[in-house]
Amino acid sequence: MQTTLRVRRFNPEHDQPSSYFQDYDLEVNPADSVLDGLIKVRETIDDSLALRCSCRGAICGSCGMRINGHAALACKTKMISVASEGETIQIEPMKNMPVIKDLITDMASFWSKIRQIQPWLQPQGPPPTTEYTAPPQAMQHLNRVMSCIMCGVCVSDCTVLEVDSQFIGPAALAKAYRFVADPRDAATRQRLENLNTPGGMWDCTRCMECIQACPKGVGPMDRIMSLRTKGMAAKIPATCGSRHAEVFTDIIKHKGILDEPMLAVRTFGLKHVGRLFEMIPMVFQSILKGKVPLSGPLHKPLTSIRHIQRLFKRARKKS
Amino acid sequence: MISSHSYDVLVIGAGLAGMRAALTAHEQGVSVAILTKVHPVRSHSNAAQGGINAALTDRGDKWEDHAFETVKGSDYLGDQDAIEVLAREAGQDIITLEHMGVIFNRQDDGRLGTRRFGGQKKARTFFVSDFTGQAMLHVLYEQIMQAKIPVFEEWFATSLVKDDHGRCAGLAAFEIRNGNFALFRAKAVIMASGGLGRVYEPTTNALICTGDGMALAYRAGAPLMDMEMVQYHPTTLKGKGLLITEAARGEGAYLLNSKGERFMEHYAPNMLELASRDVVSRAAQTEINEGRGIKGCVLLDCRHLGRQVIQERLGQIHEEAKTFANVDLIEEPLPIRPGMHYQMGGIKTDINGRCWDPDGHWKGLHGLFAAGETACVSLHGGNRLGANSLLDTIVFGRRAGCCSAEYVRNLPKLHVPDSAIASDRRLVQALLARTGQGERAAALRLEMGTTMNRHVAVFREQDGMNIAKQHIRDLQARWPGITIQDKGHVFNTGVIAALELGFMLDCAETIIAGALTRTESRGAHFRTDYLDREDDEWLKHILLYHTGTGTPHIEYLPVKITQWQPQMRVY
Repeated sequence: MQTTLRVRRFNPEHDQPSSYFQDYDLEVNPADSVLDGLIKVRETIDDSLALRCSCRGAICGSCGMRINGHAALACKTKMISVASEGETIQIEPMKNMPVIKDLITDMASFWSKIRQIQPWLQPQGPPPTTEYTAPPQAMQHLNRVMSCIMCGVCVSDCTVLEVDSQFIGPAALAKAYRFVADPRDAATRQRLENLNTPGGMWDCTRCMECIQACPKGVGPMDRIMSLRTKGMAAKIPATCGSRHAEVFTDIIKHKGILDEPMLAVRTFGLKHVGRLFEMIPMVFQSILKGKVPLSGPLHKPLTSIRHIQRLFKRARKKS
Repeated sequence: MISSHSYDVLVIGAGLAGMRAALTAHEQGVSVAILTKVHPVRSHSNAAQGGINAALTDRGDKWEDHAFETVKGSDYLGDQDAIEVLAREAGQDIITLEHMGVIFNRQDDGRLGTRRFGGQKKARTFFVSDFTGQAMLHVLYEQIMQAKIPVFEEWFATSLVKDDHGRCAGLAAFEIRNGNFALFRAKAVIMASGGLGRVYEPTTNALICTGDGMALAYRAGAPLMDMEMVQYHPTTLKGKGLLITEAARGEGAYLLNSKGERFMEHYAPNMLELASRDVVSRAAQTEINEGRGIKGCVLLDCRHLGRQVIQERLGQIHEEAKTFANVDLIEEPLPIRPGMHYQMGGIKTDINGRCWDPDGHWKGLHGLFAAGETACVSLHGGNRLGANSLLDTIVFGRRAGCCSAEYVRNLPKLHVPDSAIASDRRLVQALLARTGQGERAAALRLEMGTTMNRHVAVFREQDGMNIAKQHIRDLQARWPGITIQDKGHVFNTGVIAALELGFMLDCAETIIAGALTRTESRGAHFRTDYLDREDDEWLKHILLYHTGTGTPHIEYLPVKITQWQPQMRVY
């Protein structure tokens, strides 16, 4: 099929470096990957096109880039899945990290965040003479998160990182989960406490982009949610994040519908009353637009609240 | 002003062998750094899918059985002292890896479980689903991070440097990110830079597997050994040649020809699909050549294994087959064919990773060590057993790290002048300065790969190999005419491609020289003009020394035999 690869180029050695798009017209086999296309460009049209690539089989994690706006591994993305005959495929470097040249990004901050979670097994005391015995299901469960190849694709598409570069990010959190869920690791509490800080596990907004982007089915956001659950179960000190989850559940349980002002007040409490004051301008704007919901006694529970409470009971029984 | 770095031990390559070597040397208290052309977790050790062999005595296995099957697998070309070390030390290393955090598959009782692999009667392959290499690589990198061992990531090595006494004393390299050269002074260099798969097209190997380490050592005067022993893996995907793990057959998958027959019954009536790789590859290629294939392939049938086994134990190839071949293993058989996979040969080392012989039986290079696929101890001889390569990296990476630490301890600082990097820098400058419509490295590489895959493959004979030899010489002559459009210094992948091609052409030269010299059939080296194994004449290794003329100087070393005399090899 005929396609055009529209690649965002950037050459730091230009006098005044700035990024621009360059089009490459190619005749490709529809089953070929986007990486095949880029390699073809590099080998037959323009050898200055810079990209990282190695295994061609979605295991080395080198070729993360944005294809038509979403991050993916170029080797795992078939041309035909992103373009029809004659269409253009737009290819850009990953987001949320600086670009070095063309499609090559600087992953230094990615790795420093990985190192932040102390990514190595920390067992209790000296090891036994043979292997650690561990439940097979628990180890099997780790397979999925251990499949992470550190390609950076989830970090590229993370919407929190877009506005807050301090967020530790989905990859590091998934890696942290790999240790928290490992029966051989003894630093669970410490790990959870370290993640219970600003920029940590409570800063994910559950937008699901990382789950969708991950080429290996690691499901970073699901891991983040599991970390939160484990943190609350381990009774690590409450934060606005964990209180938000608790209060949210409590309100739904009693009213069946969210009482938003109450959620804010109870989440922040007296301890973070300053955060509440920060919201005042927004409240005024909402009043002007007639969007302030009722709260407290004025906010009535749903009539079907008994039904909802039965659901809660059933859910509790199941877990 | 030349930038330079100085360490006791410098490791080239950050795959399993390199990282294990670095960790071990670090534990011994010497200063260590790693230099690698890609980030450590991008290394090709990732690609090992099936597992890692070890005979654990507390599981009723015997290291002698593992050793014997490795010797037999090697078609008696493996050195038995080295194989004994491999098999004897495997168990402890598996436990060490488990303690580091590798999430090996477990049995119901919570202890490590095993699966069967080719060429072995007992299930002694420990595994993590079907991404064992990746699972191990990431754990070793965790250990590197914990130990805070410096890693020079995305640095490209251009040559080994020597001191006045002719000892290896470091290396010249440039940082890919900016093109700046630096001199790395080291009392010992451990070469752990992996294989040379890209000499062939297609290959299961990653784009980075360009034989750099072998060529660097060869050019510096260390011998390469048994380079004719190139393994074709029986099950690779058509097209790009991606690997489909032997674990599929270990779990019970069948190989079928176009008539639906399990053709291995005719070639290896006892071990069937789990005969050694050279045997299965020859069988599959014979079926294809004799018209019982389907569009150049035979079929790998996993359907009877059932959904659960496929999803839990073969998840990665399940996904891979879907993505790259449009086949769901649960529903249909997968077309596969033999493809270039592994180099049994490599830089000659002793059982401690040294690329020289303290007893002086063969001439090598003092101060250079090697481990992993780039090295040839020789463990794998004429044919490597599946799941022995990961073991090789772990055991011999450790031994090289350990021995290098010992070696450097009482060694005074070596003297290498800053000017040692000058000629490499000039070479790169000349490459960049060349203008006009010269040839591209990629085009030459494709010619080389196609030629090698045609004439130095599963079946070989003299005339074809002579054609290949001539073609490689021709390509070597054309190499200086390569031009690169990109004149920049930042991530100039054109420069790297050209340098890598130079390395690969040297490797190809040795593969062909070895293959032409060995006038017999043994292991992966099957000559249609010399069908039999000739123990009287050829129970020996071929050592290849660089001469710069395109024809290596050849010497021989006897195979070390401890307890297993060569026998007929039947599976």
